[in-house]
Amino acid sequence: MSQSLATTPPAPADAPAYNPRNYLNAEAGIASWLLTRDHKRIAVMYLVVTTLSFALGGFYAMLIRIELLTPGPTIMSAMSYNRMFTLHGVVMIFLFMIPAIPGVFGNFFLPLMLGARDVAFPRLNLLSLYLYAIGAAIAVYGMIHGGADTGWTFYTPYSTTTVTKVVPILLGAFVLGFSSILTGLNFIVTTHTLRAPGMSWMRMPLFVWSIYATSVIQILATPVLGITLLLVAFEHAFGWGIFDPARGGDPILFQHLFWFYSHPAVYIMVLPAMAVMSEVIQASARKNIFGYKAVAFSSLGIAFVGFFTWGHHLFTSGQSTLDAGIFGVLSMFVGIFTAIKVFNWTATLYEGAVKFTTWFAYFCGFLFFLVFGGMTGIALATVSLDIHWQDTYFVVAHFHFIMVGSVIMAWLAALHYWWPKMFGRLYPEGWGLVSAVLIILGFNATFIPQFLLGNYGMPRRYYSYPERFWPLNVASTAGASLLAFGFTIILVYLAISLRWGKVAGPNPWGSRGFEWDTLSPPPTENFLENPVYTRGPHDYTEAPEGAEVTHAT
Amino acid sequence: MQPESYVAHHYPNLRQQEHAARLGMWLFLATEILLFAGLFTGYSVYRFLYAETFAQASEHLSVAAGTINTVVLITSSLSVALAHHLVQHGRGKAAALSLLVTLGFALVFLAIKAWEWTHDFHEGLLPGRFFTNAELTSTGAPMFFTVYFLMTGLHGLHVVIGMTVLAILMVLCWRGAYDHGYTTPVELGGMYWHLVDLIWIFLYPLLYLI
Repeated sequence: MSQSLATTPPAPADAPAYNPRNYLNAEAGIASWLLTRDHKRIAVMYLVVTTLSFALGGFYAMLIRIELLTPGPTIMSAMSYNRMFTLHGVVMIFLFMIPAIPGVFGNFFLPLMLGARDVAFPRLNLLSLYLYAIGAAIAVYGMIHGGADTGWTFYTPYSTTTVTKVVPILLGAFVLGFSSILTGLNFIVTTHTLRAPGMSWMRMPLFVWSIYATSVIQILATPVLGITLLLVAFEHAFGWGIFDPARGGDPILFQHLFWFYSHPAVYIMVLPAMAVMSEVIQASARKNIFGYKAVAFSSLGIAFVGFFTWGHHLFTSGQSTLDAGIFGVLSMFVGIFTAIKVFNWTATLYEGAVKFTTWFAYFCGFLFFLVFGGMTGIALATVSLDIHWQDTYFVVAHFHFIMVGSVIMAWLAALHYWWPKMFGRLYPEGWGLVSAVLIILGFNATFIPQFLLGNYGMPRRYYSYPERFWPLNVASTAGASLLAFGFTIILVYLAISLRWGKVAGPNPWGSRGFEWDTLSPPPTENFLENPVYTRGPHDYTEAPEGAEVTHAT
Repeated sequence: MQPESYVAHHYPNLRQQEHAARLGMWLFLATEILLFAGLFTGYSVYRFLYAETFAQASEHLSVAAGTINTVVLITSSLSVALAHHLVQHGRGKAAALSLLVTLGFALVFLAIKAWEWTHDFHEGLLPGRFFTNAELTSTGAPMFFTVYFLMTGLHGLHVVIGMTVLAILMVLCWRGAYDHGYTTPVELGGMYWHLVDLIWIFLYPLLYLI
């Protein structure tokens, strides 16, 4: 990696806008990467490992969709299918969606947006990357040696009795939890202690607010998952009976403990997506956000309410009607905070000078998936409706819309919006738009049929189905293929742009986010001189120097 | 070495760096409490389900051993606080001795705990499928010992981790590493030790005094 494509600077005569002395080529050699404490290098390594995980999870997803192409067995047995959907869930959730945006873009941009030189604890940051690698290695070991067939939810008593290799996967997820905790801890302390002069709380970019809210959940919820997964592994290995009804244990206790983390975990995934979108929308509209405080505090609101909604996963687990009703109403509160954001984002667009870039296309996709997924979520939080949809494809389609749809849209928007800052070069805009359209259409084609299938009564986690579900399943598989094709295009053109992309310059979008104040790619110390902030982020009342675009007033 | 030489490149001054370290430690302690919270929740659920059995099973634990251990751990909190006080006043060697005393208390705690566990093993007071005690026959009894061993086991693990941290700090204090105004590591190690004590203060009444 020492002198890879991206680290070879163009000749200064050809590209005066490219910063020749940057974090990518400050030091050479593989050891300089593996032992680095630079948050930007750690972010780039996170980008590599989370992308690999995404590819692995996507591979499992394609196998699932191919199996479901026809009724009856297509390419695998029922047992293999159980393993596939488990591995797909585990990889996508623990290895991709939870760490991806905080690990890559949080690490890279949180210090840049606060005017800091690094995160509060750089060594801990590197440790969190290594814990990710170790956790992933343990989980992959379990996958190669038999996998697990429990679903990513590891429900007891099945998970404590299955003969598949559930223990390494549980331990892998446990270690990954520590990685997540350390990242969250680092971000909270960084936000509290490393804001540059003039960076008051009310001047913090909205990205920081949302990542901060995410970190609070990571710190408070993840340890509970840690102990719960350990208990399941313990139970599987030694039979102490804590979740075993035959020994007086209560399997429902597992569900409570599991969802106490895993419901807030949804907000660990979605809040960073909202964080990205709050930045992207201001840069697209070339306007300051409408209702800064409302957007900032609604992130904290989601984080707070998220802790009191887990019971909506247990509507059919013998919970009392009163409990179910309370959890249903509390779940709907999340919709209020999300709606505050959605209205403020769209209001920001009003009279904005919108240029239709790839990342703006992803914002549009994001808004659609968030609103549609969110509305079906409100429907699912209604107890009487949920009983009809429980464990059907409707639920599968809902959570793919709300978490996967919004996270992927945000991840791709962030990748395109910040690519010039991270690597100093532009991606090809035409190809960017083509793949964005493919991905948004492909995603809809994959999951809208699943909403319908679920409503017709097709249960989730079955490898076969009656013939009347055939056409919609074919549509869904076709959509998934379109998605895979779109991702491949992105991978190719981004890789090419690392070497041959047009040199971007410090601020190709004319954005007034603080991270654009430095050079592209940034120098190791982030800023050439210590920044002092006299304005809030995205203040577009005057054009920044050298911007090629005109600004709305 | 001046205190300023401990400032990492991304902090403007030592005060702010210490503030960050302390805040980080508080957050870490919060995660530790939530790690135990899962077990406390399990305890509450099963105590509620098997209230009488839990009370009977608890009588098979030695209240004397639990009480002595509580006194031992609380006293060790005093000596670790003293160590921090001493090192702040530049008395590194005295602080090291105070940490040695703390480690001594910790060893006494573990020895008593080991004695208790051996006693439980002999009586068949074991978790889940290993439970063989003939006196306690109701359904919840093995569950009490599942919870008991999980909680005291995880706590014991934390005692061992805390001892490792304090032992390293002891050596560094003795060598005079903290005699020049930079004492944050001793403070953070002490905070961790206080947490280990605090959790025991909750375990003691819940397990021994019901």
